[in-house]
Amino acid sequence: MLLRDSGTARPWGWLMLLVVACATRASEITFELPDNAKQCFYEEIVQGTKCTLEFQVITGGRYDVDCRLEGPDGAILYKETKKQYDSFTFTASRNGTYKFCFSNEFSTFTHKTVYFDFQVGEDPPLFPSENRATALTQMESACVSIHEALKSVMDYQTHFRLREAQGRSRAEDLNTRVAYWSIGEAIILLVVSIGQIFLLKSFFSDKRTTTTRVGS
Amino acid sequence: ALFFHSGEREEKCIIEDVPSDTLVTGNYKVQRWDTHKQDFLESAPGLGMFVTVTTPSDEVLLSKLYGPQGTFSFTSYISGGHIICLQSNSTRFVAFAGSKLRIHLDIRVGEHFLDESIIQAKDKVNEVNFRLEHLIEQIYHISKEQNYEREREEKFRKTSEETNSNILWWAIVQTLILISIGIWQIKSLRDFFISKKLV
Repeated sequence: MLLRDSGTARPWGWLMLLVVACATRASEITFELPDNAKQCFYEEIVQGTKCTLEFQVITGGRYDVDCRLEGPDGAILYKETKKQYDSFTFTASRNGTYKFCFSNEFSTFTHKTVYFDFQVGEDPPLFPSENRATALTQMESACVSIHEALKSVMDYQTHFRLREAQGRSRAEDLNTRVAYWSIGEAIILLVVSIGQIFLLKSFFSDKRTTTTRVGS
Repeated sequence: ALFFHSGEREEKCIIEDVPSDTLVTGNYKVQRWDTHKQDFLESAPGLGMFVTVTTPSDEVLLSKLYGPQGTFSFTSYISGGHIICLQSNSTRFVAFAGSKLRIHLDIRVGEHFLDESIIQAKDKVNEVNFRLEHLIEQIYHISKEQNYEREREEKFRKTSEETNSNILWWAIVQTLILISIGIWQIKSLRDFFISKKLV
């Protein structure tokens, strides 16, 4: 659904309908970004649409990623390096394809799992007001407010889910690190202390008994 | 919808973390780059996409070949991160300079999405009825997610408690090792010096 030449005059009602029909999309994707990789996504946006890009790093390394959002003419609208979480709202000033990229190029061996949510336009109203004769009934307005509340609950739930996934990933990392560290340190301790004794004993070996003397 | 670029034979995967018994629907459209026109072709007949869905326990839930445009769906029976992978069935060699694919993708989790084409209900009561059903679906989805969240938080808590007890155990074992190694070292050295008649 592209609206390329919106500069020509069209009936206002039809344009409104098209704008409402095109402008209500939300895409949320969780993907894995390998080390030294960059992944870009594109979205066709109509001029004047309010859009929100939100992203969060869920697992990997220091849980940070570079993000860049560019307009259709290449103008950089948002650019941040090594961010763990951010939310950016903008209004499209031109028609065209907007591009946003996540880059893990600064990392040498950790891959990251990144979640982003790109909301284009506002959600359609629950009771569309195009062919209405009367105002909303009480039942309908109750439905509308429940719908808004539920949308907000789902939004918070998603945020909480991501934070919990991030926390759990850190806890699992910590657990593995503690396990490796304790085993490694046990081995080092034993090797070093037994090695010390044998080394000391070798200093006093009976090769030249005449030069044997007590160390200072 | 959102789109992204991919190599001809490259596999692109996305992760969907969903509770059990959840319907996930995806629809996609793939276009191929044409080097003559220097643009993406509107339709690419003969081009197909392999869609593979893997459950968190590494089981393949769905593995099918679809056309250049298609809809796929699956219902999760375990909660967790399901991996949805898309790969084209193109047999062309990757050496084709500048050859790439544009994949439009839209994934929906749960059945609570308002389908705008069914909106025009003639009867007022039916319209409200329809909306209420949609709200009930939303609430049901929220409560499933909450349940899933409870399971995960329990796993998280277990991991943290395990880390805590590992550290405590390690501190005790390390102290014991140090003390016993220290005693062994002194004893061994003393016996050694006595045998060498230095003490």
